[in-house]
Amino acid sequence: MVGSVDPAPLRADMVIEYPFTRTTGSVLGAFMTGLRDGKIVGSRRADGRVFVPTAEVDPETGDAITDIVEVSSAGVVETWTWVDPPRPGSPWKAPHGLALIRLDGADTPMLHGVLVDSVAEMSTGMRVEAIWRDERVGHITDLVGFAPEGADANVGLAPRENASAEGGAVAEEPVRSIRTPIRLEYDFIPSAAAQEYLRAYADKRILGNRSPVDGAVFVPPRGVDPRHGVEATEMVDLAHTGHVGNFCVTHLPIPGRNDLPTPYASAWIHLDGADIGFLGLVSGCDLDEVRIGMRVRAVWKSDDELEATAENVRYWEPTGEPDVPVEQAGNQAWSAKGFPNA
Amino acid sequence: MREVAVVSSAIHQVEALTFTTDVQLMVPLINEARDAVGLTQADIGFTCSGSSDFLAGQGFSFVQTLDAVGAFPPIAESHVEMDGAFALYEAWVKLQIGEVDTALVYSYGKSSPGSRRDVLAVQLDPYTVAPLWPDAHSVAALQARLLLESSAVTVEELAAIAVRSQRNAVGNPNALRASADVTVDDVLAGAVVADPLRATDLSAEADGGCAVVLAAGDRARSLCERPAWIRGIDHRIDAHGLGVRDLTLAPSAALAAGKAAERAGFAADAVDVAELHAASTAQAHVLAVAMGLGGTGSGNEVRIDPSGGSLAADTLMAAGLVRIAEAARCVSRGDADRALAHASSGPCLQQNLVCLLGGE
Repeated sequence: MVGSVDPAPLRADMVIEYPFTRTTGSVLGAFMTGLRDGKIVGSRRADGRVFVPTAEVDPETGDAITDIVEVSSAGVVETWTWVDPPRPGSPWKAPHGLALIRLDGADTPMLHGVLVDSVAEMSTGMRVEAIWRDERVGHITDLVGFAPEGADANVGLAPRENASAEGGAVAEEPVRSIRTPIRLEYDFIPSAAAQEYLRAYADKRILGNRSPVDGAVFVPPRGVDPRHGVEATEMVDLAHTGHVGNFCVTHLPIPGRNDLPTPYASAWIHLDGADIGFLGLVSGCDLDEVRIGMRVRAVWKSDDELEATAENVRYWEPTGEPDVPVEQAGNQAWSAKGFPNA
Repeated sequence: MREVAVVSSAIHQVEALTFTTDVQLMVPLINEARDAVGLTQADIGFTCSGSSDFLAGQGFSFVQTLDAVGAFPPIAESHVEMDGAFALYEAWVKLQIGEVDTALVYSYGKSSPGSRRDVLAVQLDPYTVAPLWPDAHSVAALQARLLLESSAVTVEELAAIAVRSQRNAVGNPNALRASADVTVDDVLAGAVVADPLRATDLSAEADGGCAVVLAAGDRARSLCERPAWIRGIDHRIDAHGLGVRDLTLAPSAALAAGKAAERAGFAADAVDVAELHAASTAQAHVLAVAMGLGGTGSGNEVRIDPSGGSLAADTLMAAGLVRIAEAARCVSRGDADRALAHASSGPCLQQNLVCLLGGE
């Protein structure tokens, strides 16, 4: 628009975490148990080749490998790179080498960090030895990393919040499982249609998208008509009244919503003029009064609390108008508009 | 075997799709590919897609993207958590069964909201490797150094691969890194970012997507003036662990190329053009050697990466399908009689798909 200044885009930090605890089984468990006990073990296949870390299965033959053997905790750098700055999730806080290291007695190299002060100290063929943590739990990070043989390694480490093993607390017990949390961070920027939708909430408006195919109105606007796979760019203002198309009474709290006493009713709210419903809370009446077809209206936060968020509508309350007949309640877009057989 | 061809395609790759959802990205691409051959979704017998929840930051994200297809009334559909080239393989198998004559294949990746090089660390062994968070650039560097120090290739040869990609990419609207006059010296003057690799050795990270329409037999001939027939297609896999295989080789690429060639009736190096899916110049070299594209076998000169290849624009989950689309376009335009398209998955070229295409 001429003369208008694009506002800064709405964005949100989104974090995905996979707080996995993984069962090791006996072969990987032997490797982890070895780490806890300050030694490195491999698995030896029939022809004598030793895999480090322990391989459960021969990648060439598919045969199980169960013969566990200890190897040296010193070896040779086969290939390397230099990581500067250190990666966000890694155990290292300072720039470091990253290498495939073949330990003496092993036939395959293992990946780990090399703790030297600069890239100039890295070279293929250099001899390195393991540097161990004092507190070991049976985890790959029990190894601080590897340093040139005889050198005094001094590289900062990130705190090890989540690394722990179960079954390994008692020194005689083998390690049976390990925690390997994965945390990924995203800078989430809503689509142009969603940006417009969210900003309109700050002005106490609810926007929908009109389908260019048959005029059906979708809320929230997604910029497409999903039935036909076509772009839908026309925005329409929607009424703040509608009916309950479907609902559910929930007795479990929503994490982070301490303001919401249980039980509560969530419902598909079908706004007047919209052809699909969207999710909202129903309140302002006894929960056993909530029913399909019940007429509702938006209850907004006070004007000084309004922000670019759908949370501006605190909940939906009954209007007291006569119900929409059950057979007419709910989705219209998928049944009444052009798909007679659906 | 049933004759199956690529009859149309649509590609879009940019640096970042900041305000565009996966659905909004795919709506125009899917429509472009279908419209090019006059098909609507009702005419499509099978739809298969490829994408990654780790990029979307959301489980089962592909279900939402079906909004872009117009999947109502319900359609026959499948999805792979892999590059779209592997979705195309599934569609090809479906067409071989003979119940359908047409298929829509699409894939997309929007990696810009996250840190792509770190997201890729979670594909590594979750017990002994991923907790160390080796990022994708570092892993590519480990492979490249092995290659350089085994004397399989020189730094100058890697630079020449970067130059080839950038020069070929000129005029490709979907390439992010293109230059008509870049030289090996220019490339070698660049800073090392993941020792021994320079930024120009690493593929240009893109957001984007690709849609392809496949058709069988006479249906393909009726839809398209010069279908790009899939004469042979195969994919193979190597061991997952970085330490248990020789990273300077790609045995699964060689095997897939050989199997595809058996079916096609011509060798992988008997093509006019080859499009490679490589994350680094070193990988491009490994692939060319594995598939015999160096011109040493038949003596045939293969034009590698006429579009610039994935080095010029690398959309996670789509770069392999884009290779097939680009190779098919070479055939359909008449620029090539035979073409090779390669797609990869997993760390350090673990899994490789080879698709051999030919004109009538």
